[in-house]
Amino acid sequence: MSIFIDENTKVIYQGLTGSQGRYYGLLNKEYGTQVVAGTNPKKAGTDVEGIPIYATVAEAKEATGATASCIFIPAPGVRGAVLEAAEAGLELVVAITEGVPAHDEAYFFNKLKQDFPNTRVLGPNCPGLISPGKSNIGITAGHIAKEGGPVGIVSRSGTLTYQALYELKQKDIGVTTCVGIGGDPVPGTSFIDCLEAFEADPDTKAVMMIGEIGGSAEEEAAEFIKNKMTKPVASYIAGVTAPPGKKMGHAGAIVSGGKGTAKAKMEALADAGVQVGENPTEAGELMAKIVASL
Amino acid sequence: MDLLEFQGKQFFAKFGIPVSDGEATTDVDEAVAIADKVGYPVVVKAQVHTGGRGKAGGVKLAANAEEARTHASNILGLDIKGHIVKTIWVEHASDIAEEYYASFTLDRSAKLHLGMLSAEGGVEIETVAEENPDAIAKIHVDPVAGLTEESCRAWVEAAKLNPQATDGAVDILMKLYTAYVDGDADLVEINPLILKPTGEVHALDAKVSLDANAIYEHPEYEQYDATQPRDDREEAANEKGLQYVGLDGSVGVIANGAGLAMSTVDVVNQVGGSPANFLDIGGGANADVMAGALEVINNDPAVKSIFINIFGGITRGEEVANGIIEAMGRVQIDSPIVIRLDGTNAVEGREILQPHLDEKLQMQETMLDAARTAVELAKV
Repeated sequence: MSIFIDENTKVIYQGLTGSQGRYYGLLNKEYGTQVVAGTNPKKAGTDVEGIPIYATVAEAKEATGATASCIFIPAPGVRGAVLEAAEAGLELVVAITEGVPAHDEAYFFNKLKQDFPNTRVLGPNCPGLISPGKSNIGITAGHIAKEGGPVGIVSRSGTLTYQALYELKQKDIGVTTCVGIGGDPVPGTSFIDCLEAFEADPDTKAVMMIGEIGGSAEEEAAEFIKNKMTKPVASYIAGVTAPPGKKMGHAGAIVSGGKGTAKAKMEALADAGVQVGENPTEAGELMAKIVASL
Repeated sequence: MDLLEFQGKQFFAKFGIPVSDGEATTDVDEAVAIADKVGYPVVVKAQVHTGGRGKAGGVKLAANAEEARTHASNILGLDIKGHIVKTIWVEHASDIAEEYYASFTLDRSAKLHLGMLSAEGGVEIETVAEENPDAIAKIHVDPVAGLTEESCRAWVEAAKLNPQATDGAVDILMKLYTAYVDGDADLVEINPLILKPTGEVHALDAKVSLDANAIYEHPEYEQYDATQPRDDREEAANEKGLQYVGLDGSVGVIANGAGLAMSTVDVVNQVGGSPANFLDIGGGANADVMAGALEVINNDPAVKSIFINIFGGITRGEEVANGIIEAMGRVQIDSPIVIRLDGTNAVEGREILQPHLDEKLQMQETMLDAARTAVELAKV
């Protein structure tokens, strides 16, 4: 099994007619994802390589029975796009777009929590998620992941996620689902949401968690792992040597006021029984040992 | 984007928050003219992106034109923690009865906005939080519902300010919340928020950090880009649109993706080296971006070796390799380069690089080995 998506998940691409949406939408379709529709009010009735375009998410859902969407539209439109998908009743909204204002993220996170609790947002500013061999929604290169299991991956960083998938594949270790939650200040889906889902998924036997400096999401995840998880976890935190007060690329990746340091996160995770690697390679090796002992 | 105090005050004024009458200048004569205009006594304040201005002699009270001239000429050009003062702000000095603290920021853990208000203002809020946490009244604000006047008043009462300040504080805090939300700020902070002997409440300082992602909604924010604290390297990288942070070491770092770039900086440190920078060239690695990145790093005199760490995802290894070769043809590089290329079609990419390898361009298969080689080369 996988979490959040599987081979039956039908996905609408909001922004399929744009260059990024078209490129990754078709790549995802080629991978095997059920890319059933795109939306663009100005291009309703047309198609992208046979994928029909509807004016609204509600119409696309009505026509195709889709339960998920993937957003590739520019940052100014993301707040509206997320709310439209939620109002249409989709269960999963994957927002790839980077550069969304933090106030927009805080607004739609709370709006969904209050009015559309059945809609999960992943991202924004995330690579998406992949259940290798079943479905790939977003910008992950599908072929760097080995299908099957027993490992689930959750990560705040894009390239480090690919690195993890690739290292596990080199070691012939399969992945149930790999979720990139993104590096923004208000991610729609948290580490804990994913850990909870992996804990409940019978095919996932161990979890790899990749964090980075900034915020306290890793510390909260550590608390959850300590109290609620039975499955082993290996982890890596990027930014051990990052200087305080400087944003390291991701909007959320900043050490401020002595909080959010990698050291504090690594200690919290180690205290929760997590195997913490000093670098991505070491974390991969720790995971290989865990898998060998399962 | 962090605003200078005077930019923050102008930002506050747009939302109706009372600030002192004053103007910014880069010139001594003009400073005196402003002082004459706003009326003595005046305060002359250094405009720099760092705290501790007062201790460094960057904030001075002047009773007359002569003093204003002396202070303005002393403060302009002053070095405050490595920040040279180019601009000063001259404002009419306020009479102060009490000093408070007020701010709004995002509580990432609660995923709600957080307001903080304290009767103990004028000092670092971190110090208050540590020594007397009960002196800070906090309020969580739901971004959907917003801040109501009723809850704002209850919050002000919980902070136990002088009752004389209640109405003025509620008014300012409501406006401060609007400024925070409508202005797309990451942080708005008034420290001190003062109560004057006459009973008025007034923002005596302004600390504002704006969300650069929201610039499309506020084109006027472009002006703040020019006053961001950047060293020459960061300025050059910013002009090329690169995600660059200057560090103090000798190994230049180029990687694709923020996480991998951070990780590369870590690994260089772990094997005993010292990175000169963090540089994320984004998901791909085409020749233009690579050439720009190499140029920025090459212009840093502290750089003794360069570590290019690329993981191909969607971008294929051969594209990356061709990009590197082409970029190297365009930029004359002084320091030796170590490349680690992994991921999609890494084997094909490495084959393309193979004939170009020599002492100045080396390749390693793993991130750790590449970091070790780059660090060794930086020591030569």
